[in-house]
Amino acid sequence: MTSLSPVSPDPTAPAVTAPEPGPHRDRPFSRRNLVQTVVGGYVPLAIATLVVFLPLLWMVLSSFKQAGEIVTTDLKILPEGLNLENYRTAMTTVPFGQFFLNSTIVTLVGATIKVLLAILTAYALVFVRFPFRNFIFLLILVALMVPPQVSILPNFILIAGIGGKNTLWGIILPGLGTAFGTFLLRQHFRTLPASILESAEMDGAGHWRRLWQIVVPVSVPSIATVALVTIVTEWNDYIWPLIITDRPETMTLPVGLTLLQNSESNAAGWGVLMAGAVLVIVPILIIFAALQRYIVAGLTQGSVTG
Amino acid sequence: MTRQLAPQPSTKPNRPPGPAAKIPHRRWTARNRRDFFVFLAMALPNLVLIAVFTYRPLISNMYYSTLDWTLGSPSATVVGLANYVTFFGSNDAPKVLGTTAVFTVVTVGGSMLLGLLVALALNAKVRGTTFARSAVFAPYVLSGVGVGLVWLFIFDPGYGVLAWLLRGLGQQSPQWINDPQLSLVMVIIVYVWKNLGYCAVVYLAGLQSLPQDVMEAAALDGANGFRRFLSISLPLLSPTTFFLLITTMLSSLQAFDLIRIMTPLGTGTSTLIYEAYLQAFGAYNRAGYSAAISVVLFAILLVITVLQLRFVERKVHYS
Repeated sequence: MTSLSPVSPDPTAPAVTAPEPGPHRDRPFSRRNLVQTVVGGYVPLAIATLVVFLPLLWMVLSSFKQAGEIVTTDLKILPEGLNLENYRTAMTTVPFGQFFLNSTIVTLVGATIKVLLAILTAYALVFVRFPFRNFIFLLILVALMVPPQVSILPNFILIAGIGGKNTLWGIILPGLGTAFGTFLLRQHFRTLPASILESAEMDGAGHWRRLWQIVVPVSVPSIATVALVTIVTEWNDYIWPLIITDRPETMTLPVGLTLLQNSESNAAGWGVLMAGAVLVIVPILIIFAALQRYIVAGLTQGSVTG
Repeated sequence: MTRQLAPQPSTKPNRPPGPAAKIPHRRWTARNRRDFFVFLAMALPNLVLIAVFTYRPLISNMYYSTLDWTLGSPSATVVGLANYVTFFGSNDAPKVLGTTAVFTVVTVGGSMLLGLLVALALNAKVRGTTFARSAVFAPYVLSGVGVGLVWLFIFDPGYGVLAWLLRGLGQQSPQWINDPQLSLVMVIIVYVWKNLGYCAVVYLAGLQSLPQDVMEAAALDGANGFRRFLSISLPLLSPTTFFLLITTMLSSLQAFDLIRIMTPLGTGTSTLIYEAYLQAFGAYNRAGYSAAISVVLFAILLVITVLQLRFVERKVHYS
């Protein structure tokens, strides 16, 4: 969700970077200062970080534990070894490989088309003359406010009616229209200096060339932001794939994990379920760790008003 | 495309960031016509998709909500507002609306309050804040299904970590799953855990954009840190607070993944969105009734969105 405030989504802008240490008032290593820094600075930071990491660490550790290590009142923190048995069980109880493949296809195809549509629509809205352009933009803004959750029943009836149930295209299609990406890229394109496009136009470059040779290359950070946020959203998407698929062949990972949860309902199944959770969570965690500044900028975009 | 010999600055629509609609009306020239079709070719696919899968469902829902219709059945009877009467006349409305209210108020309050505290910690002038900022934000981007399962294991009354910790203190683990009220508490805790990083990062951006000179002046006047926070930071952060209030309220009202994975039957945790899901895609397949609940939910979301728009408008007006 975003507000209407136009704010540059450019994640390279140093909006939220850590502040440089300011001039010290006391001597930097005085005892009082040290205690203050540790208690006031590091302890809260450490607590916040641990609260986030411990559950995830627990997930990873448990995914290597055998049933006997989990079904015990005597809690062991570390697994006895890097036992991959749970992963094997998860893969054979339900077709996890297939889920992984489906999720990858849905994410890549869906995100690619969405980003392309967002680039094209945003370019058209900013650089191509058309009547009612602002009204069209308003309609896109309003669409941004409509939660996908209230649309699932009508979309289910439509997609199921045209044979999209248990198909990958049925999962991808309803989410393809992109208000978020269009909004974000339009805001960015409006900040581009007119001069670079004027000279291209004088050289006789048409819209298509101006888009791909000028606008896109100078907007890479913003496009990366949109792409990454879209990838994360598509990968995690749950409610729509859940209702449009009921056969394992076309399930995505989150839906497949629900299937695994149903078949591993006893306590011994926790290790297997944690292995499944690792397979869903870790790919996004890796992408996030590598490219977090773009993702954070995209998701908190609109927060700093004005 | 080789026709334009002279630059035509007045036709450039990309003068940032002023109002873009100030293009003088021109004759229907070849160039205008070409732009017309270029625009359609570029924007139409996206616009059609948005119209079909975002706008059409709103109208369809209103129509379906007037039907007595079992999902999958070829026939339906028009019953007018009977679905709404059933919803608001039965025990469903107070139960579902009550759960929604509790879930929304506590998750919004909890993630904003904890988010602000974490933001203050992240704003400290020590090393490692960049890393910590990413770390606390991480749960926000992770799959609700995966996160829900991990926490379900932690809350497991038999073999979960929490039960083990409580046993160490000589306590029995509460029945998180079987007790409807505790189920709601459990889902709320996990939801706050997943979303407070978002609030923290937004609050941090707000804190870092506070005017430093005001803070320093207050410090020179002898105001201590807590006093400065209460009398200066907090009031100056009010636009951020309002923004977060709206966005977290909207997402809490749409929370689905955690509720579905942690409490599939929705006992004690059936919010509006979950009830709409259960009614249509659970055991009963009551499509018309589900659509009515969706319309109620949409009406609530609409009110919040309008509130937000009015606020933004006023702020722009006064600033």
